[in-house]
Amino acid sequence: MLLFEDPVFSSRMLTLLTLTFHVIFATLGVGIPLMIMIAQWVGIKKNDLHYIMMARRWARGFVVLVAVGVVTGTAIGLQLALLWPNFMELAGHVIALPLFMEVFAFFFEAIFLGIYLYTWDRFENQRKHLLLLVPVAVGATMSAFFITTVNGFMNAPTGFNIVDGQMTGVSPIEAMFNVATPTKVAHVISTAFMTAAFVLAAIAAYRLIRGSNHVYHKKALHMTMKLGLIFAVATAIIGDFSGKYLAEHQPEKLAAAEWHFETEEEAPLILWGILDDDREVRYGIEIPYALSILAHNDPTAEVIGLNEYPEEEHPPMFVHYLFDIMITIGMWMIALSLAYWFAMRRGWNFVKKNWFRWLIVLGGPLSMLAIQAGWWMTEFGRQPWILRGVMTVQEAATQSNYVGHMFFVFAGLYLILGIGVAVVLRKVFQDNPVEKELAEQGGDQS
Amino acid sequence: MSYELIGMVVLWTFLFGYVIVASVDFGAGFFNAYSLITGKQHILTKVIQRYLSPVWEVTNVFLVFFFVGIMGFFPSTAYYYGSILLVPVSISIILLAIRGSYYAFETYGNKGHRGYAFMYGATGLILPASLSVVLTISEGGFVDMTDNGPFLDYWALFSSPLTWSIVVLSVTAVLYISAVFLTWYANRAGDFKATKLLRRYALIWALPTIVTAGGIVYELRSHNPEHFESLMNLWWMFAISIVFFLISVWFIWKKKNYGIAFLLLIGQFAFAFYAYGISKYPYLLYPHLTVYDGVTNDAMAISLIVAFVAGLLLLLPSLYLLMRLFLFDDKYVSGKK
Repeated sequence: MLLFEDPVFSSRMLTLLTLTFHVIFATLGVGIPLMIMIAQWVGIKKNDLHYIMMARRWARGFVVLVAVGVVTGTAIGLQLALLWPNFMELAGHVIALPLFMEVFAFFFEAIFLGIYLYTWDRFENQRKHLLLLVPVAVGATMSAFFITTVNGFMNAPTGFNIVDGQMTGVSPIEAMFNVATPTKVAHVISTAFMTAAFVLAAIAAYRLIRGSNHVYHKKALHMTMKLGLIFAVATAIIGDFSGKYLAEHQPEKLAAAEWHFETEEEAPLILWGILDDDREVRYGIEIPYALSILAHNDPTAEVIGLNEYPEEEHPPMFVHYLFDIMITIGMWMIALSLAYWFAMRRGWNFVKKNWFRWLIVLGGPLSMLAIQAGWWMTEFGRQPWILRGVMTVQEAATQSNYVGHMFFVFAGLYLILGIGVAVVLRKVFQDNPVEKELAEQGGDQS
Repeated sequence: MSYELIGMVVLWTFLFGYVIVASVDFGAGFFNAYSLITGKQHILTKVIQRYLSPVWEVTNVFLVFFFVGIMGFFPSTAYYYGSILLVPVSISIILLAIRGSYYAFETYGNKGHRGYAFMYGATGLILPASLSVVLTISEGGFVDMTDNGPFLDYWALFSSPLTWSIVVLSVTAVLYISAVFLTWYANRAGDFKATKLLRRYALIWALPTIVTAGGIVYELRSHNPEHFESLMNLWWMFAISIVFFLISVWFIWKKKNYGIAFLLLIGQFAFAFYAYGISKYPYLLYPHLTVYDGVTNDAMAISLIVAFVAGLLLLLPSLYLLMRLFLFDDKYVSGKK
């Protein structure tokens, strides 16, 4: 089997596996603290126990996710050196700073999360709890910021020179604030907020479908759908900037994502479709001028095609599907949350029907799928490079003979952790429905 | 002070911090599982859970801090250790995963699941062993340099008495450190049954700890004479360490000053740990890699140090707050809040 024979291939697959699993928890880990903080804040402002309860219940589920996020984060941190020793030796000279600072941000978050979780009954004043949540949310967002600058660096290496194989003139700050950083960081953070909001909305919608007609769930749904809409729109705007970044600095990734082979003006955007052996697109939906607009804000602008690049530097062609999945889901979620918001304002009743609520339930997993597709697209899209233009994946991988075995070991671990999370989360909320908890907290307001 | 030295001092200090907090954590998990077998769970579990729950995540960060830090200050370590440690470190990651998930799963899901508690307790002993293998490897003699990069000679590693001495030391030290800490913690909580039991564990594990520590010095004499030589030059640090050890055991024996006994224990391990670290300097992987070969460029070293100082300014007050709330708050410790 290829997995046991080729350490490069198995290193890629193991990294893919770990990151794909980690991203689920990392995304929610970045997004949910903000939602908890907002709920706590709204609860204080409106003096409404339901929102305070929301913050607590979300936090309780959040801890379970954090635990797995910490574990898988530690795994990928170590695997960077275990699977890509040559890469870490070279890149370590330039990107150690953001990696180091990410740990600080994580430390900060960990301390205050511990305090927040174990002081619920110690402080009477709800404002103190809100204050504890600020460093948790800030820490979570900052770790996303720092780690994404590292990924930005891999896409747009800068801040150093290589003279005769020796690295000179290193500038850690320049490396951190590379050209990819602004769009990448903004996109990662806004999609994390968006996904967290839609996942929480999905839970609330599910409880409503399942017969709990409690006003708590309606409040939760309403708040998260509105937050989701805001971040989905922000994501789309930032996504447009990301497209322009690609056209400017990584045209081969955009060209592969769009199956755009010939450099041309007035370039059309292709949605879906399949690619045959002669590199002709069939069954695709062609939107004239759209790629030129996406790339340069000008319908007649020239967009660089993939044929300008040597064959061995082409990313795999399937990134097109990943790109389409991401975009389609993003647009769909904007439409869905916009419909919800508009109908709620107008008092149209269809949003309260079960079929619409099922669409909201579906939106949670869909948003997570869009996150995965986006990451797969950006990572496969810079093949064959690990450091674009500097070091290939081939040169960076370990020579160890055991990577293939480790792949199966970790696959087993993630499977068990995944099942564990699902079982525990179900238990946490099913054994303790909101009605029961509200009653324990001294009376229901509604 | 040179950047190599600053880097090493920072990293060694964080490793020491990890050794202490992780020992408390590992040992507590083991004692918890052990008390399940011996039917003394009602005595220990409460005390242990109350301390561990709010801090487990912080414990883990100490480890992450160390390995990210060493890759940052000394990128070549990523190449050498990364190439050879795939299997041992992957095992450690899995053990850490069991521990990390335990808190969340146990606290919220399956309260009192015996199987999980046993697994958790077992990892408390296997993890220090699997992590301490890295220390053994750094002594040299187990790594072959080939054209394809460094390779680890597993057979040489597993058949070396040095490996097993270090493994035994890490396990006994974990149990000793943990028992002393928990004795103090239980005593503060006014939980006299737990104090009594933990005090007994502390006394049981004191002697094996010091004996195996001595054994390693002896092993090094034949394994790495150069290192042994420089260890001997620091004999006075080990002497101080032993004096601290004797006084703290005396206090525990006499059932008084548990707090001071724990501080002395930290002092004891600090002196031994730093003496060992200083005597190893400048080797990161004997004899292939020294701190001079491995250190990062000046620009990165400076920015890492700046980030470190800024980070500490943020961390130290937060850690202080954490300790005040969960370690030095008598009401919390005794379970009244």
